[in-house]
Amino acid sequence: MSEALKQLAGLIEEKQADAVISTQITHGELTVVVALNAIPDFVNFLRCDRECLFSTLVDITAVDYPGREKRFDVVYHFLSMYQNHRIRVKACLREDEHVPSITSIHPSAGWFEREVFDMYGILFSGHPDLRRLLTDYGFRGHPLRKDFPTTGYTEVRYDDKEKRVIYEPVSLIQEYRQFDFMSPWEGAQYILPGDEKGEGAE
Amino acid sequence: MDGKFDDVLTGEQKIRNFNINFGPQHPAAHGVLRMVLELDGEVVERADPHIGLLHRGTEKLMESRTYLQNLPYFDRLDYVAPMNQEHAWCLAIERLCGIEIPRRASLIRVLYSEIGRILNHLLNVTTQAMDVGALTPPLWGFEEREKLMIFYERACGARLHSAYFRPGGVHQDLPQDLLDDIWAWTGTFPEILDDIDGLLTENRIFKQRNVGIAVVSEQEALDWGFSGVMVRGSGMAWDLRRAQPYECYDEFDFQIPVGKHGDCYDRYLVRMAEMRESVKIIRQAIEKLANEPGDVLVRGKFTPPRRGDMKTSMEALIHHFKLYTEGFHVPAGEIYAAVEAPKGEFGVYLVADGTNKPYKAKIRAPGYLHLQAMDHLARGHMLADVAAIIGSLDVVFGEIDR
Repeated sequence: MSEALKQLAGLIEEKQADAVISTQITHGELTVVVALNAIPDFVNFLRCDRECLFSTLVDITAVDYPGREKRFDVVYHFLSMYQNHRIRVKACLREDEHVPSITSIHPSAGWFEREVFDMYGILFSGHPDLRRLLTDYGFRGHPLRKDFPTTGYTEVRYDDKEKRVIYEPVSLIQEYRQFDFMSPWEGAQYILPGDEKGEGAE
Repeated sequence: MDGKFDDVLTGEQKIRNFNINFGPQHPAAHGVLRMVLELDGEVVERADPHIGLLHRGTEKLMESRTYLQNLPYFDRLDYVAPMNQEHAWCLAIERLCGIEIPRRASLIRVLYSEIGRILNHLLNVTTQAMDVGALTPPLWGFEEREKLMIFYERACGARLHSAYFRPGGVHQDLPQDLLDDIWAWTGTFPEILDDIDGLLTENRIFKQRNVGIAVVSEQEALDWGFSGVMVRGSGMAWDLRRAQPYECYDEFDFQIPVGKHGDCYDRYLVRMAEMRESVKIIRQAIEKLANEPGDVLVRGKFTPPRRGDMKTSMEALIHHFKLYTEGFHVPAGEIYAAVEAPKGEFGVYLVADGTNKPYKAKIRAPGYLHLQAMDHLARGHMLADVAAIIGSLDVVFGEIDR
C-alpha cells in the first residue's frame, strides 16, 4: 500500500512540479500541499490523469490556526474508485485571500464550498451561488473559527406576549464550563489566590 | 389565471412559474428539509434545498470535549443506524494512536454494523414505499426494526443512542443468550423480507412510481460524489467493505449487489439484496464469535480498567478517574477514516494536536452529497416524483445538518 502511494506521490510531484509544495505519507495516507492558486488546475489534473483518476470529491473542509500568519488550511479529500486510492490536498491561505472554486470541475464541491464559507468565512472565487448553508437565515459570524464562542452570540425563543419568535443576546444562567485538566506540575500557569500581591504583580 | 391577455386573437395568456415550499413539515421530506421548488405546471424546473434546520453545531461542540465525550454525538448524526457512525470515529482514533483491537471486539463490531445496516435499509425501503402510497410495508418493517433495537438494548442498554463502540473495542461483551437470539432472528427474518418483497417488488403502483425516476449514470454518480447504494444502483460494484477493508470484513463471504439502470427502483432492489447479504454476514459473525472467547477491549491507557481491578488496585482506580475526567491524549496528526455506512461513505477527518480534545473534526456524511444533487435529479420530473426521489436518496437530517 505505502509503496504504491510513494510511487503516486513521486508521479504527482514530477508532473505537477509547479503546483506541489510538498508531499507526505503518514498513517498510510498521502497528503499533498499545493499552492493556493494552482488548486483548480491541480484538481483537474488529478481527475483526468490516467494514473490518478481521482474522479470523486469526498470532502472539502478547512482548519483554523489563529496563531499562524496564513491562518487557514483548506483541505480537500479525493477518492479514485477506479484505482482504489485516496489523496488529501491542502493549501494555506491568509484571512484576506480567496480560494479558486472547483465547482466547474466537481459539481459536488458546491455545497462543500458554501459550508466552508459559512463556517470559516473563506471566500471562493468563481462559485456560482456562495450563500450560507447550515446556519440560520440572517446569521452573523463564522462559527467554526476558533475565536467564535461555542455558545454563540444570539439565542432564539418564542415570546408569548409578542406571539412570535424573537432573537436576543445569549444570557447564560451558569458560566460555560470549560475544564482544564492540566495538572500544575505539567506547566499550567495558575495564579493562586494571594499571588497577585507578590513580586510578579508589578 | 395570473398574467393578462396579451394576444386577444388567440386568447393565450402569459403564465409564470409557480414556487412552492416543500417542507420543512412535509411528511415525505424525511425530516426537516425545506425545499423551494420552482414548478412549470407540475414539472419541477428547479429545486433548491435549504438545509441546516437541524444544525446543532456538532463539529464545534466536539472541539471542546474529550475524545470519549464526543463519541455519543455520533449516535445523533444518522440516528437510524447509530453504531455505524461511532465506528468511523473509533477507527480514526485507533489509527492515529496505533491501537489494535481484540478479535472478538472486531467481530462484534461487524455484527452490529450489519444490524445497523438492516435497521437503516428496513426504514428506508419501507418509508420509501409509504412515500409512494403504500401503508403496510412500514408496519411490517418496523416490527423487525423493533426486534433489532431490542438487540441494541440488550448489548448496550440503549435502543438508539448506544455509545457501544469505544476506541479500543466495544464497551461490554455480549452474553451467549443474546447471540443465540440474534441467530434465531436471522432464521425468521428472510421470511419477513420475502413478505415485503412480495408486497413491493412486482407491485404495479410501486413500479410505476419508481422505475425510470431519477436515473443516475456512472459519470453523474462520480461528478456528484455519490457513494454507497447510490453508486451501486448505477452499476458500479464499489463497497468500502470490499475495496478498502476495515475491521475484519475481508474474511467474510458476502456479495455486493449492483443495479443496472440507476433509477429509484434499482436502488430499492439493491437495498433489499443488501439486507439479505447482511443476514449472511451476521450469521458468519455469530459462528466466528462462538470460537473466539476473550476480551473485548484492549487493556491500556485508552480503555477503562476491569471492574474487579478497581476494587483492589489504587492504580486502576486512578486510571479510571483520569480516563473519565481528563480522557486520553491522542498524538498530534491528521487522519481520514471512512466506513461503509448504510447510506454510503461516512467519514471522519480528525486533526489532533496531542491534547485530550480534537483540534478539528469534520464529519463527512453521505446524505449531504446525495441531497446536494437533488436539483440535478429532480429537474424535469413531476412534483409527485420529488417524494420518491427523496425516499430513494435515503436522507436523514441528523447527519446532513450535523
